[in-house]
Amino acid sequence: MYDVVIIGAGVTGSAVARELSRYQLKTLVLEREEDVCCGTSKANSAIVHAGFDAAPGSMKAVMNVRGSKKMKALSEELDFPYKQNGSLVLCFQESDIPKLEELRERGEKNGVEGLEIVTGKRIWEMEPNLSPDVKAMLYAPTGGIVCPFKLTIAMAENANVNGVEFSFDTCVEDIRAMEGGYRITTGKGVVETKCVVNAAGVYADVWNNKVSERKLSITPRKGEYCLLDKKAGDFVYHTVFQLPTKMGKGVLITPTVHGNLLVGPTAEDIEDKEGVNTTAQGLEKVASQARLSAGEVPLRMVITSFAGLRATEKGEDFILGEAPDAPGFFNAAGIESPGLSSAPAIGEYLAELIAEKLQAKKKENFISKREDIPCVAEASPEEIQALIAKDPAYGNVICRCETVTEGEIVNAIRRPLGARSLDGVKRRTRAGMGRCQAGFCSPRTMEILAREWKTSPLTLTKAGGDSRLLTGEK
Amino acid sequence: MKNTFDLIIVGGGPAGLAAGIQAKKAGVEDLLILERDHELGGILNQCIHNGFGLHTFKEELTGPEYAQRYIDQAMELEIPYKLNTMVLDIAREGNEKIVTIMNREDGLVFLRTKAVILAMGCRERPRGALNIPGYRPAGIYTAGTAQRLVNMEGYMPGREVVILGSGDIGLIMARRMTLEGAKVKVVAELMPYSGGLQRNIVQCLEDFHIPLKLSHTVVDIRGKERVTGITIAQVDENRKPIPGTEEFYSCDTLLLSCGLIPENELSGKLGARLSPVTSGPVVNESLETSVEGVFACGNVLHVHDLVDYVSEEAGRAGSHAAEYIRDWDKDRSRDNKENAVRIQTEGGIRYSVPQMIRPEHMEDTVTVRFRVGRVFQDVYVSVYRGEERILHKKRRKMAPGEMEQLVLKKSDLTAAGGLDKIVMKVEEA
Repeated sequence: MYDVVIIGAGVTGSAVARELSRYQLKTLVLEREEDVCCGTSKANSAIVHAGFDAAPGSMKAVMNVRGSKKMKALSEELDFPYKQNGSLVLCFQESDIPKLEELRERGEKNGVEGLEIVTGKRIWEMEPNLSPDVKAMLYAPTGGIVCPFKLTIAMAENANVNGVEFSFDTCVEDIRAMEGGYRITTGKGVVETKCVVNAAGVYADVWNNKVSERKLSITPRKGEYCLLDKKAGDFVYHTVFQLPTKMGKGVLITPTVHGNLLVGPTAEDIEDKEGVNTTAQGLEKVASQARLSAGEVPLRMVITSFAGLRATEKGEDFILGEAPDAPGFFNAAGIESPGLSSAPAIGEYLAELIAEKLQAKKKENFISKREDIPCVAEASPEEIQALIAKDPAYGNVICRCETVTEGEIVNAIRRPLGARSLDGVKRRTRAGMGRCQAGFCSPRTMEILAREWKTSPLTLTKAGGDSRLLTGEK
Repeated sequence: MKNTFDLIIVGGGPAGLAAGIQAKKAGVEDLLILERDHELGGILNQCIHNGFGLHTFKEELTGPEYAQRYIDQAMELEIPYKLNTMVLDIAREGNEKIVTIMNREDGLVFLRTKAVILAMGCRERPRGALNIPGYRPAGIYTAGTAQRLVNMEGYMPGREVVILGSGDIGLIMARRMTLEGAKVKVVAELMPYSGGLQRNIVQCLEDFHIPLKLSHTVVDIRGKERVTGITIAQVDENRKPIPGTEEFYSCDTLLLSCGLIPENELSGKLGARLSPVTSGPVVNESLETSVEGVFACGNVLHVHDLVDYVSEEAGRAGSHAAEYIRDWDKDRSRDNKENAVRIQTEGGIRYSVPQMIRPEHMEDTVTVRFRVGRVFQDVYVSVYRGEERILHKKRRKMAPGEMEQLVLKKSDLTAAGGLDKIVMKVEEA
C-alpha cells in the first residue's frame, strides 16, 4: 500500500513528487508514456509568467506569482536553465492603453513587482525590432524563460533520488475508493494507496469524475508554435506578448533559454485529447499574428513546428486540493497556462496538504541538490578539456548542430530515470534539437541507445509505445 | 599533437580529399585533413549505387569506389588526416587562422594555420523547415538518413513509403527501398519539374513504375506514434494546395528529399560573406572567400549534382590555396577587392560560382558554374562584358536540377580597358 500515488509525470506531477519526497512517505508516480514530460509540459511557451494575467485571488494568480518567485532558487538547486529576461505586453491602439493600465493594476494586486508602462522612443530602445504601430507596452522585469523539459526532468530525477518510484508505460484504467484509500487499476496491475494526486493533464477530469460528484470538465485548447533557428535567437530579448483584443488573444515572440526564437501559440478548443497535430491554418495564424508585433520576424528560419494542449477547465482556474467529497483524492486539475510557472508552488502546496493529512514527518536525509548533464556546447575550453580528460566520450561530437557529445548522451541514459528513446535523449541533451532536426545524429544516437540498453536497434523508439524507428533488417 | 600548419582542410569527403591531393601536388607539405566521421570519403560511403566518375574516370563507379580512388592517392601522397574530429570554430588572428578541433584522443585543441579550405559539404532540409502540418510520429526521415540506415547500418526504416521531393537522393532511395522489398507508393514534387537528374527519374522511378506527381505536396501527416498515412494535394502556381485535390496514401514512412543546404555555420561565424542564393560563401576566381586565405569547394560552396565536378572544383581550390601559401610573405595590399568584378546573373540564371573575378589573377580560363531557376528549351546562354557579348552558347535544355557551366577566357575579359561588371543571362533563340 502506497501513501501517495501521483497520476502523471508532467511538470505538475513531478513537482508534487519532488516536494513529497521531502517527507517519509511511500510515493509512486504512474505515467502512461515512456518518460517524464511527454504531454502538455513538453509543448508550451516555456515561459515563467510574471503573474499579471490571472484574476486577483484566483489559484492561478497565487500559484503563478509564488512559483515565479521560487524559480530562480530552484533553478540553482536543481541545475536547469532559467533566465529572467523580462516580458512585454504590446498595445497597438491608443484607445487600448487603459486596458494596459488595468493589467498593471491587476499585476500589482497579485504581488508582481516592478511593473511599468513604457511609451515613446523607449519602446524601440528596449526592443528595436518591434512594429512601429506599438503605442505602449507593459514591462514586467520579473518575467522569465525556462527549459520546460529540464525543469520537469530535474524535479522528477530529484524525487527519484529521494525515493519516489516511477512506473512508466503505465496507463491508469480505473480508480475506485476503498477503505482508507483508493484502488487504481492500471495496464500493469492494481495499486492501492492512501492518497491520490490527480495530475493527469487533459485527462484530469476523467479521474476526478470517477470518485467525486463535483464534476470537472476539461477541454483541450490547442496551441500551435513555430521554433526558429538559433540564428534568429536574438531577434528579441524580452518575451513579447500582445494585449488581447477582439482579434484574439494574440501570440508571443520569445527567445528560449537555449537561444532559439519561439513564436506562438494559437488557441483553439478541440475535442480530441490526443490532437497534437499542427494545421496549415494554425501555422499561418501564428505567422500573421506574430508579424503584428514585429513585421520582420524571420519565419523563414523555422526549424520545427509543434502543437500542445492546454488543459482548460470550464471554471478557467486551477483546481487544487482535496476533492470535497473524496477524502485523500487531491486534484491538480485544469493546469493550463501559467501551469509551468506555477509548478514549483503547486508542488509545495499539495505536498503540504498531503503531509498534513497523513501526518507525515520530514526526512532528515533529503537530498535537495541535483547536477545536470555537463553541457559541452556551453562549457569553457578548460572545462571541456577537464571533461574529456575524465571521459574521452565528451570529445566525441554526435549532434553537430547543437554540439552534443557521446559523453552527454551516455550520461542522459545512465542517470536516474534515464533516457530510453530518441526523444528522451533529445529532451535531456538537445541532441537532434538543432537545425537539421536529427537528420545527422539519429542513427548515431540510436547506436548509443542500443549499446547502453543492450538491445537491438530494432526495439528502439522515437518516443516509446509503437513509435518504432526501424521496421526490420535489410 | 603538432598545432601549426600551412593548410587545414575541413572535411575529408570528395571535396576535401581532392583539395588535399592537389595542394600537396602543388607543393604544400604541411597540411592536415580533418574529418568528423570514422573514415574518409564523406557521404560517398553511403552512396552504394553506381554512376559516379563517368566524367573523371570514364567508368561507372559506386560511391565508395569513387572515394577510394582519392583515398588511395591521398595515402600515396602521405597526406596527414585526423578522423572522428569535429571542427568547432575557425577564427582569424592577423593573417593566420585558428581552427578549434575536438576529438576523444586530443581533447580540445587550437590549431594555427596559414590557409583553410572549407569542404564541409551540405545537409538535408528537414521536415520542420518545410513546415508540413500534421502529427510528429516516428517514420519521417530525410532520404539521406534513410540511405545511411539501409546502406551503412543494415536496417529498413520502413515498409510502405511516400517520398516528398524529387531530389537525387530521394530518387535513388525510391529505387533502393524498392529493391529491399519496400513499397514506394508515390513521389510528390512541389515544383512543376523534378529537382533531380533526368537519368535518375528514368532509372529509379520509371523503371520501377513509381509514380511521380509534379506540383504536389504533403498536406497532412497521420499517425500518433508511427506514421500511418500521408495526404498529398496538388498545388497551384503559388505552390498553395488546391482544396479538393487531396489524396490519402496509407504508409508507415515519409522520406524527404526537399533540398540540400550547404553547411556554413563555421564559415558564417568566421565572417565569410555568404550568398543568400547558394547559401555558400561568395568566392572569387580562385575560390577564395571574402576572408583572405580561406577557400571553399564542393557542396559547402554550392550544391552539386555530380561528384566529378566537386573533385575538379576542389582540385582548383587546392592549387589556389597552394599559391596563397607560396606567396605568404608577399605584400597583399595590392590585392584589394576593388579589382574584383562581379558576375551579375539575370534572365533565369539564379547564381554563378564564382560570383567575382579578378581578371589579373585568373588563369587563361575560368570555369563558371551556374543553375537556372526554371526549365528552358532551345535557348542561348550569353555573357556580356559591358555592352559587348563575349559568349553566346546554345543550350537544348536546361533544368534547375542540373548544374551548368561555361568557360570564360581571360583574353575576352581583359581586352581593351577597364571592366566593371560581367552579366550572364539566358536569351531566347
